[in-house]
Amino acid sequence: MKHTISILAASAVLGSTQAAMAATEIEFWHAFTGRLGELVAEQVEGFNSSQSDYTVVATHKGNYSETLNAGIAAFRAGEQPDILMVFEVGTATMMGAKGAIKPVYEVMGDGFDQSKYIGSVKGYYTSPEGDMLSLPYNSSTPVLWVNRDKLQEAGIDPDTDLSTWEQVGTVLDQLKDAGVDCPMTTAWQSWIHLENFSAYHDVPFATKSNGFDGTDTELAFNSPAQVAHISAMGEWAQDGKFIYAGRRNEGGANFRGGECALFTESSAGYAGIKAEAQFDFEVRPLPYWSAVASEPQNTIIGGASLWVMEGQTDEEYAGVAAFMNFLSSPEIQAKWHQDTGYLPITSEAGELTREQGFYEANPGTDIAVIQMTAKEPTANSKGLRLGSFDQIRTIIDEELEAVWAGDKDAQAALDSAVERGNALLRRFEQASR
Amino acid sequence: MEKRVTFKGIWLPLLLVLPQILITAIFFFYPAGQAIWQSLFIPDPFGLSMQWVGLGNFEYLLSDRFYRASFITTAVFSILVTVVSMGVALYLAILADRLIKGSGTYRTLLIWPYAVAPAVAGVLWLFMFNTRVGVVTWYLGLLGYDWNHVLNEGEAMGLVVVASAWGRISYNFLFFLAGLQAIPRSVIEAAAIDGAHFWTRFRTIVWPLLSPTTFFLLVVNIIYAFFETFGVIHTITSGGPQQATTILVYKVYSDGFVGQDLGSSAAQSVILLVIVSLLTVIQFKYIERRVHY
Repeated sequence: MKHTISILAASAVLGSTQAAMAATEIEFWHAFTGRLGELVAEQVEGFNSSQSDYTVVATHKGNYSETLNAGIAAFRAGEQPDILMVFEVGTATMMGAKGAIKPVYEVMGDGFDQSKYIGSVKGYYTSPEGDMLSLPYNSSTPVLWVNRDKLQEAGIDPDTDLSTWEQVGTVLDQLKDAGVDCPMTTAWQSWIHLENFSAYHDVPFATKSNGFDGTDTELAFNSPAQVAHISAMGEWAQDGKFIYAGRRNEGGANFRGGECALFTESSAGYAGIKAEAQFDFEVRPLPYWSAVASEPQNTIIGGASLWVMEGQTDEEYAGVAAFMNFLSSPEIQAKWHQDTGYLPITSEAGELTREQGFYEANPGTDIAVIQMTAKEPTANSKGLRLGSFDQIRTIIDEELEAVWAGDKDAQAALDSAVERGNALLRRFEQASR
Repeated sequence: MEKRVTFKGIWLPLLLVLPQILITAIFFFYPAGQAIWQSLFIPDPFGLSMQWVGLGNFEYLLSDRFYRASFITTAVFSILVTVVSMGVALYLAILADRLIKGSGTYRTLLIWPYAVAPAVAGVLWLFMFNTRVGVVTWYLGLLGYDWNHVLNEGEAMGLVVVASAWGRISYNFLFFLAGLQAIPRSVIEAAAIDGAHFWTRFRTIVWPLLSPTTFFLLVVNIIYAFFETFGVIHTITSGGPQQATTILVYKVYSDGFVGQDLGSSAAQSVILLVIVSLLTVIQFKYIERRVHY
């Protein structure tokens, strides 16, 4: 804040010692509204009242894409905030913007202990050297939501094993035969059925460790494993066992309304489902194909992280570090995790949540944490770092729609998505040279 | 005899057109020039560096078969929106023109939809045709028709056309009604006395006399369909399913603001600029000849 020094000087002259006047202002732009917006405001309020040196000012800038665009436009005009929330698919864009961002590990200084952050969460946002470039804020991972009443009605044991897609396939047959209109639906098809699918089965989504090792990466999700999965999903779609509701989380309404039996969606869908579902529901781990992998690897995250923008004063950076330490503290993290269903970013916060008895009181809420952390991430399951990835997802959406509609077979659709996506990756490579 | 107003000097006419020139320069020439300049580079999103690529962005775009397909989509969409909105508006205007009682109320009600912003119109139509909770979808289901614009390309196109044309009908209706009312009654009555039926009168008298209005609306509606329907498409289909409703202007947005590829986005703006200029030239050169003022 430019005026800080003059205010300091003025207050010194006047002999005033009012701390509030000297507080350095930290601008924080985020993308949350509704309940999540309230929870952000609560965190900010908590930080501001816990000390008197800094005042965080949180501003809502629209959805994820709009917030990123607002940050970019502001940077171009020299008016960037201190902290910008960027969704996970914007990670490569932010990393490529050297000179626009200040890596979090630099902001946090020498005493920064990066090891307390959960590997599979922070992994998405670390440099090849293992340094954290941004602070994970809200992270979730896909799980399988089950409407137990619907299974019961169809004469299926609600406790039936659904850990593999083979088993899910059998249950879908039974549901269809029992006359269920919507045996299964999904949200975020690319994220769950290609990105997470690849990590979970330890097959590459893209070359160069999914883009972590360089911008000269190429998409690789048209290999036999992914083709087999999309092919099976396509057949289910043709048979009316998988109902496609839309590119984002439109399917959520169908599941919460009690229409669908199974639903693949983010673990952060918890709050909404708990609030609306008039039936007995349950969280299960995301299924895997036992024909592809003997046991699943870990899933990867979705959500957003906090990036620190370049061009601020040292004082402001000190404030940013203080705020980020506050957010990372076990109490604040545990509360955030329990309120939202997002994953805790530190293992301490996870342990605290367990000690508080939250997982026992809310069965299934730890499934996502276990699924993420059971195994050490591999090069295929650390995350994705691909330029123009928001747009590549649109391409994937388009091609998958062709499969669900029966216009293309899985191989042709995924080949086409890879080819079109690679063209965008080459543009990004050229732009970030 | 010279019918036009003429000025003796050069300074007064210059002064009179100056405000217009200034506004055009600031709000049109400057941004258009910027777009042309940017289309020659691949910049990074944050504006930290720019790489000169000459016509590289245009080569990249025109070699993309999906971009070329978007021209066809745009043509189909614009023609449908124009035909539907003008056809329905003309029909309603003819009916309103024949009304004696209650025409004021009728007119007012028909004008209302024009006040609805495109994005809001999109949401309204989306609710009616929502595949799960939509009223229309439900009735269609009763009739045995399974409406699913989320996967069916034809239905998606139909829905965005109807949603885009709907608000536009009001606007076109106003102009058509004014045009119809400006046609002298005596001419129509004379034709009626001579034994001309409604259709003959419409074809030989009303339609030709209405042609200036029709021509104006044609130009304005095509430009509307090209540029202002973004909100409808964004809210209803986001360009899908597959690329069924990705019109050129939607692609400018998605490349620029989703993909942060400003070079490609600028190049597409330039291409759009050329297309619209060409269309307008064609309209004024060929269609206007058939217009009777």
